[in-house]
Amino acid sequence: MIRLALLLLLGSGAASAAPEPGALKAGVLSPVMAAPELKLQGSNGQPLRLASFRGKVVLLAFGFSSCGEVCPITLATLAGARKKLGEAAADVQVVYVTVDPERDDAARMKKFLGSFDPSFIGGVGSRAQIDAAQKSYGISSTRQVYADGNYTIGHSSSIYIIDRAGGLRAVMPYGHTADDFVHDLKILLRQ
Amino acid sequence: MLLIPVLAVVGWAGFAPVSVPSRDELFEIPRGTYARRMAGDKVEILPSRIRLTLGLNDVLLLRNLDEVPQVFGPTIMMPGQSFRLPFEKAASYDFACTAHASGQMTVLVEPYPAMPWSKIRWRAREWLENRTR
Repeated sequence: MIRLALLLLLGSGAASAAPEPGALKAGVLSPVMAAPELKLQGSNGQPLRLASFRGKVVLLAFGFSSCGEVCPITLATLAGARKKLGEAAADVQVVYVTVDPERDDAARMKKFLGSFDPSFIGGVGSRAQIDAAQKSYGISSTRQVYADGNYTIGHSSSIYIIDRAGGLRAVMPYGHTADDFVHDLKILLRQ
Repeated sequence: MLLIPVLAVVGWAGFAPVSVPSRDELFEIPRGTYARRMAGDKVEILPSRIRLTLGLNDVLLLRNLDEVPQVFGPTIMMPGQSFRLPFEKAASYDFACTAHASGQMTVLVEPYPAMPWSKIRWRAREWLENRTR
């Protein structure tokens, strides 16, 4: 009797800790709405429009080439995820939009992103264009000026995941691993 | 005489599996939040600190019932949209949140209460929080 009671008491504790099968590790938006379109210039010299990536899963993030903390980690993570995906990475496009249009032009973004993965495309434009892009995704950025006049920029560091149909499906907060991205990308690439 | 029921309660609290009805911890941004804030009302809709427990309520579910987009940390939520964010690591997460007058929100994710003492502490805190709600 005592043994039965102990079994009942201890029996089901671990089950609740199991992750839900098929669920994304990223935060999921519902209902899915169309990702706000970008009206920027690409670091590849072409106009940058999300519509041109229909059929691919797009990983969209914001940052700047002089960033010494968050951006290199984010970009290295995304490059690592693409490597781990192998051939399937051809259907994944990383788009990185600058929050520092005063310093980042197309050539500078191309060089910066190319050091992580040459397939990455940067988004540049005028201050007004960048502000509009940031606003549409709820991206905040704050300039911190040093005594020598140089500055850095604190900015939102999440990665937006846009599905093959152009829907803004999910948001991966900063700090996730390449394996987490691979997990979610495999699910979304099957759809 | 009182020792046996006390031991029974402590034994149950320390060894019985902890559970919650749903892994989703739901918070809603009510309609009119933005308008009230613009009118000068320092309304606090969401707690500035949310506590979650891995394996129990480890998914933050936010619903924007307001008429305007709201930024919650990693994302922007359109009117009528919800955002379901699972957590897998115990840590303290600081997010920007336009639904807060302070503009900030902290999500504290605690590990699963596996040991008897942590189960007792978890139950005691749940009981106290339910009493004050």
